[in-house]
Amino acid sequence: MEYEVVVGMEIHAELLTKTKIFCSCPTKFGDPENTHTCPICLGMPGVLPVLNKSVVKYAVRAGLALNCKIANFSKMDRKNYFYPDLPKAYQTSQYDRPLCLGGTVNINVNGKTKPIGITRIHIEEDAGKLLHESSDGTLVDVNRCGVPLIEIVSEPDIRGPEEARIFAEKVRNTLEYTGVSDCKMEEGSIRFDVNVSVREKGSKELGTRTEMKNLNSFRALERAIKYESKRQIIELKKGHSIVQETRKWDDVKGISSAMRSKEDAQDYRYFPEPDLVPIVISDDEIKKAKDQLPEMPEAKKERYMAEYNLPEYDANLITSTKETARFFESTVNLCNHPKQVANWLMVDIPAHLKEKDLTMDTIPFSPEDLAELINLIQDGTISGKIAKSVMEKMFDEEGSPKEIVEKHNWAQMQDTGELKSIIEKIVQDNPKSVSDIAAGNKKAYGFLTGQVMKATKGKANPQLANKIIREVVSKKIDE
Amino acid sequence: MSINNLTIHETKEALKEGKFSTEELVDSYIDHIEKIDPKVDAFLLKCLDRAKDQAKKIDSEKQNDTCSLSGIPYALKDNICTKGIKTTAASKMLYNFIPPYNADVYERLNSMNSIMLGKVNMDEFAMGSSTENSAFKVTKNPWDLSTVPGGSSGGSAVAVASDMAAFALGTDTGGSIRQPASLCGVVGLKPTYGLVSRFGLIAFASSLDQIGTFAKDVEDTAIILNAIAGHDPKDSTSLDLPKKDYTDQLKNGTKELTIGILKNYKAEGVQEEVQTAMDDAIAAYKSMGAKVVEVDFRYFKQALAAYYIIACAEASSNLARYDGVRYGFRAKDYTDYIDMYYKTRSEGFGSEVKRRIMLGTYALSSGYYDAYYKKAMQVRTVIINEYKKIFDQCDVLLTPTSATTAFKIGEKMNDPLQMYMSDTFTVPINIAGIPAISIPAELDHKGLPIGLQIVGPVLGEEKILQAAWALEKHFDFRKNQPNL
Amino acid sequence: MSISNEEVTYVSKLARLRFNEEETNKMAEELGSVLDYVATLNEVDTKDIQPTEHILPVSNVFRDDVVGTPLSNDVALSNAPDQENGCFKVPRVLD
Repeated sequence: MEYEVVVGMEIHAELLTKTKIFCSCPTKFGDPENTHTCPICLGMPGVLPVLNKSVVKYAVRAGLALNCKIANFSKMDRKNYFYPDLPKAYQTSQYDRPLCLGGTVNINVNGKTKPIGITRIHIEEDAGKLLHESSDGTLVDVNRCGVPLIEIVSEPDIRGPEEARIFAEKVRNTLEYTGVSDCKMEEGSIRFDVNVSVREKGSKELGTRTEMKNLNSFRALERAIKYESKRQIIELKKGHSIVQETRKWDDVKGISSAMRSKEDAQDYRYFPEPDLVPIVISDDEIKKAKDQLPEMPEAKKERYMAEYNLPEYDANLITSTKETARFFESTVNLCNHPKQVANWLMVDIPAHLKEKDLTMDTIPFSPEDLAELINLIQDGTISGKIAKSVMEKMFDEEGSPKEIVEKHNWAQMQDTGELKSIIEKIVQDNPKSVSDIAAGNKKAYGFLTGQVMKATKGKANPQLANKIIREVVSKKIDE
Repeated sequence: MSINNLTIHETKEALKEGKFSTEELVDSYIDHIEKIDPKVDAFLLKCLDRAKDQAKKIDSEKQNDTCSLSGIPYALKDNICTKGIKTTAASKMLYNFIPPYNADVYERLNSMNSIMLGKVNMDEFAMGSSTENSAFKVTKNPWDLSTVPGGSSGGSAVAVASDMAAFALGTDTGGSIRQPASLCGVVGLKPTYGLVSRFGLIAFASSLDQIGTFAKDVEDTAIILNAIAGHDPKDSTSLDLPKKDYTDQLKNGTKELTIGILKNYKAEGVQEEVQTAMDDAIAAYKSMGAKVVEVDFRYFKQALAAYYIIACAEASSNLARYDGVRYGFRAKDYTDYIDMYYKTRSEGFGSEVKRRIMLGTYALSSGYYDAYYKKAMQVRTVIINEYKKIFDQCDVLLTPTSATTAFKIGEKMNDPLQMYMSDTFTVPINIAGIPAISIPAELDHKGLPIGLQIVGPVLGEEKILQAAWALEKHFDFRKNQPNL
Repeated sequence: MSISNEEVTYVSKLARLRFNEEETNKMAEELGSVLDYVATLNEVDTKDIQPTEHILPVSNVFRDDVVGTPLSNDVALSNAPDQENGCFKVPRVLD
């Protein structure tokens, strides 16, 4: 029997607002515990929430970027449960009237476009953090309480681990592109929960699902779904049924296991938040927000292919993050060699970034520098090979490409006379190569070129050197 | 007559004329509190040294003319947060809680140089109609120390009724200002929902709670309302309206007013002498030239039912934060963190609070939401529409505040439903979010005050104050004083 | 309308309250009588009637996204029943 893996996803992303959703505490990550708190996010008696305007703005932008319909009327609700990281013992969220409904994300699977439905996007507050570093208890840090989140809920349209990863990456990129979230997985500013079930291929019914929370890398997400779907298939083949439960993914061991079931049944007792008034958004405002949306990766990709003649593969890679695309466009504006700019951004730069543990945000040189480097190759000042060394020094922050070339005396030998005398000497010293060439073995040219590069420490302009070698050799043969 | 028996406007006049200083005024209150409070137990926390210092400062800086409430001593219900001053909501759960913030109303009174004498008793988390549900003490009615002062703002009512404060603030979720005002013979106003900021008011039921006033007369009520009403950006449900002076129309008389009377009010178990007071009031209005019409309100029972569902549902959520993690009481000897939650909440809350949390939790729980909570919210709509119809026919509505005068301490403690029913006339007002005032009319044969309630439409404060001022002149209740 | 002791126990768990048997019996009885009274709601026809979630027709009350001054760590913790290293402390919570 053949099985099909069905995945639905819930994505929580922290919004890039300066302050929390209901109070003016900063949202900054990484400061000492309990230094971003106030009576409101501490859930002290008698204090009241007031909704941050930017939260609505960003959530609407996210909704539009994911092709959702923005609700003209939405409201906040309370989700009630007790946990030490939730000061009010309710999470202010949205229940039956979320801000955004019914979107689509088109993903690319094996060269084909597949739409994944977005059920809804709502706004809510994040909980605090529990720290387990005390010897005889748990410590509560309230800094994250009230950091604004959007929760994006997908339809169970995703089939299998790979599609899930592609979808997750696509959503992440879209949120990053629109400036809604910084989507730093390592800081938990974007978090993925997946619902996984399996069913017989062709069946219309959904199987019983299990949930895995807080998968904190795309790799973990893909592996977790792979493992969990296999586990479910094995269970079904054994004739067992799947238990609906929350499972914990252990990325080190590569297994999922059932979480200790909470003491109580989940009964969140949602009801409308009486301390907050409804959010009403007119069609005009929605249109305005739509007009202000930045160009999405897909549109950008199409434009790069048309405008810069980039192959689809390149365009895809270059537009996959906002920073790369921005760097690309700035560089191309300075030196009109899009394909070369793309090559640098696809191969050498990512390798150096990885090695130096940097990102496109923290890259130590500017598009001006990259343009200068490419121009140095184009005008024959340096060879492509030397350029790679220049790039390395650029990452070491030795200066602009020109300064580096000068400092290391890497400029190609442009003096034909000097080059000619070096070549004549090499040809003189290698009569075997000349006779090989005379006998029709053109490979010997390569050897001679190598010798010339060696003698000039790579500074000879290869085209020029080749031309002179041919002249000198044919003259020699003619002799 | 002693200084501390004066109204605010009388006190201001005397201060202006230099009959006494602010310090002498405050000393008079302090002496009186020290003499009287041991008998009535209104105060949970007295801030007398602080009050005295403030009075001295006001005198030395000659600030007592700056505004209508400067130098005026008052009492604050203990569910209104005061920065650096213990605020308990009369609950063991908050027995040691010191807020690092001020309620908006307290801030406003501070900025006017009013002098806070202390925090006064109440039913725990404002849940009750007798102030017997306080975790700390039972406050007595100054007219008869064996009876309750009403609740939940019993301490506020008693502080004003027994001249221990020139005025007091209280809170009203289902009658918690008007009913104790009625039982103690003072004037109590519950403003329109949203007129006074709830920021810093320890929530009982967010969609019903409103801060209001206790005063010796209607003019004082208007003066205090001027001070506490107004938009607060910290409260999303606070109304953003142009500032009004509520004393402007106060003395305009009732010739232009149409007073509504409920056809069926007597059916709600109204004590005979309360009915007599109502008849007196109707006759007085007629003689003052007001038009009196009969109107219909069909939903007393349903309003009370809806009230208990909505209030308890909201309370079950509002009171969930008391878990012993960040502040307040934490139980001892727990086995793990979940046990700590259970023990803390079971030991920290009193029985009435637990009963309401249970009712509210039940009403919101899976499978019951539609039958209870949603239904109650729909009935709320019906009640709002009923009042709209009423106020199409009249300017203000006159009803008893409470069906009976003060009952004995302990009398209703074992029958929650009976206790709940003492709010019949006040609860529908909160359901509709409209304003109402209770003014004292007469004494019954036991010498206990009878209060009458005047209700207005949304933002009808000026009209109800105007109608109340005229009726107050008729009854001249202040000739009666409790004998302490 | 009666409410069973099992229901009282279920609800008490949701509310993190604990009652002994006697209290549970009493709670069931008291809640039952209040719910009997509440049944009068059913005398009102609410077909096609919208629930009132907010009394006043107010919407779109927002705050500008401007950072204010948070409490200092010691003030934030000043009411804490137990604390350690600038954090609120609770008995060990297992994931």
